[in-house]
Amino acid sequence: MSATATMVERPPPRARGWPRRRIAGYALVCLWILFGIGIVSYLFLAWNPEFFAKYAPAYLRGLGVTLSLVSISMVLGAILSVPVAYGRMSKNRILSGLAYCYVYFFRGTPLLVQTYLVYYGLGSFRVELQSVGLWDFFKDAFNCGVFAFALNTAAYQAEILRGAIESVPRGQWEGAASLGLHKLQTLRKIILPQALIVALRPYGNELILMVKASAIVAIITVYDLMGNAKLAFANSFDIQAYIWVALVYLVMVEILRHGVEWIERRITVHLKR
Amino acid sequence: MRISLRIALAASAALLTLGVAQAQEKTLRIGTEGAYPPFNNLTADGQLVGFDIDIAKALCDEMKVKCTFVAQDWDGIIPALQAGKFDAIVASMSITPERMEKVDFSHKYYNTPSALAVPKDSTLKGVTKEDLAGKTIGVATTTTHFNYASKTYTDSTVKGYPSSPEEQADLANGRLDAIEDDIVVLQQFLDSPDGACCKILGQPSPQPVEIFGPGAGIAVRKGETDLVNKLNSAIDAIRANGKYKEINDKYFKFDVYGAES
Repeated sequence: MSATATMVERPPPRARGWPRRRIAGYALVCLWILFGIGIVSYLFLAWNPEFFAKYAPAYLRGLGVTLSLVSISMVLGAILSVPVAYGRMSKNRILSGLAYCYVYFFRGTPLLVQTYLVYYGLGSFRVELQSVGLWDFFKDAFNCGVFAFALNTAAYQAEILRGAIESVPRGQWEGAASLGLHKLQTLRKIILPQALIVALRPYGNELILMVKASAIVAIITVYDLMGNAKLAFANSFDIQAYIWVALVYLVMVEILRHGVEWIERRITVHLKR
Repeated sequence: MRISLRIALAASAALLTLGVAQAQEKTLRIGTEGAYPPFNNLTADGQLVGFDIDIAKALCDEMKVKCTFVAQDWDGIIPALQAGKFDAIVASMSITPERMEKVDFSHKYYNTPSALAVPKDSTLKGVTKEDLAGKTIGVATTTTHFNYASKTYTDSTVKGYPSSPEEQADLANGRLDAIEDDIVVLQQFLDSPDGACCKILGQPSPQPVEIFGPGAGIAVRKGETDLVNKLNSAIDAIRANGKYKEINDKYFKFDVYGAES
């Protein structure tokens, strides 16, 4: 993707023969293939139309909840990440200190803990929340999930944004300034278009991590994909319940990965030679 | 390569002798949940205490085997038994047809009814489907109470919680209109400072045996008839020799065994 793609070093010549490392590699790959065949044949043998008819609608409903949870919190997080990233890059000590603390806390503690704190922690401040009229919002488990997830992803997205903006060489700012563009124009017309190319991959990763992390909301009584899988397992004691849900997550992640790759190919056309 | 082979051989030999030694000592590993006071609870310093634990210890004494305890999340307790993480579940597990497809059960060792608790200022009058229509009910998932609630209260929202303390917290903070659980577990919660908010509303009636089962039994892996027989005679023995009553009276004001079967 970089402009110097033609100058990269040649890879070392392929090793000949059958060194020990290669044998070990092939053995491991065979093991994984066998493992994969095992799962597929298990699903084939354990194929249970009854299970499918009974729980597939619940899984679909759960998928809807997962998707809306992740998309709402990603968008809210993106909005919130702008002031945080601004604070992180600010020369103002107080502002940058606050932004640093925010990012430090949300990246340094598990999302599970944050979700628990929001759901059960805020739950114990019901009277105070009621007096300011916020209880109706926090009463709902889905809202609590969105709240915790948006705050968490905002911290990560702010760092992605900051890193991407700082990856654009200073000379670009100086050049723009010498042409008489003011800061906001420079940011919008010159810096961001370059920075967002750099940020695309990390954003994609963050989205994928959020999709996977969203399974956490099952424990605060939101029936997302994982919540419905747990319920299906509770009713059937059939391990299929979890295998299917793993496959659904895998497919989602794979779609997102390809989506990000496709976007990247489209927006870096001008960098290819 | 040769050294590592020797180490591996030595290790497997050591494991083998360890296995033999264990088999000779006859340790019975017992799985329990640890989040269901007063039946089983994990104290702040990591000790398992409660009615289930005392009963299990009494049974082990009766069977003359050494017992160790393993705490395991309720959701995964049956898979963990099947995977051999422990040999028996003594965790207030109700004997139900669905579970009997996966595990074998001893006779019941107690049977207490299911009940609903509500906030003290609740306007709810009864525990029928009509009374609770439109309300939100919290229940721990993978329990007989959950199965009953989701089959009975179809006009209400039934929310599933990972264990009883979470559902109790949400009743206390007002997210829930009612919770359904074992009456003894509810009573323990209501007697605690956090439970001051709430009261028992009533017991659903009738409580069908095909949902609630005959009571709580000890689960073992399928086909271990020998262990089931031993456990059954041990239960009968502690019922007969007064040990059961002693443990019962330590926790409860009434006999939790229920009707003689």
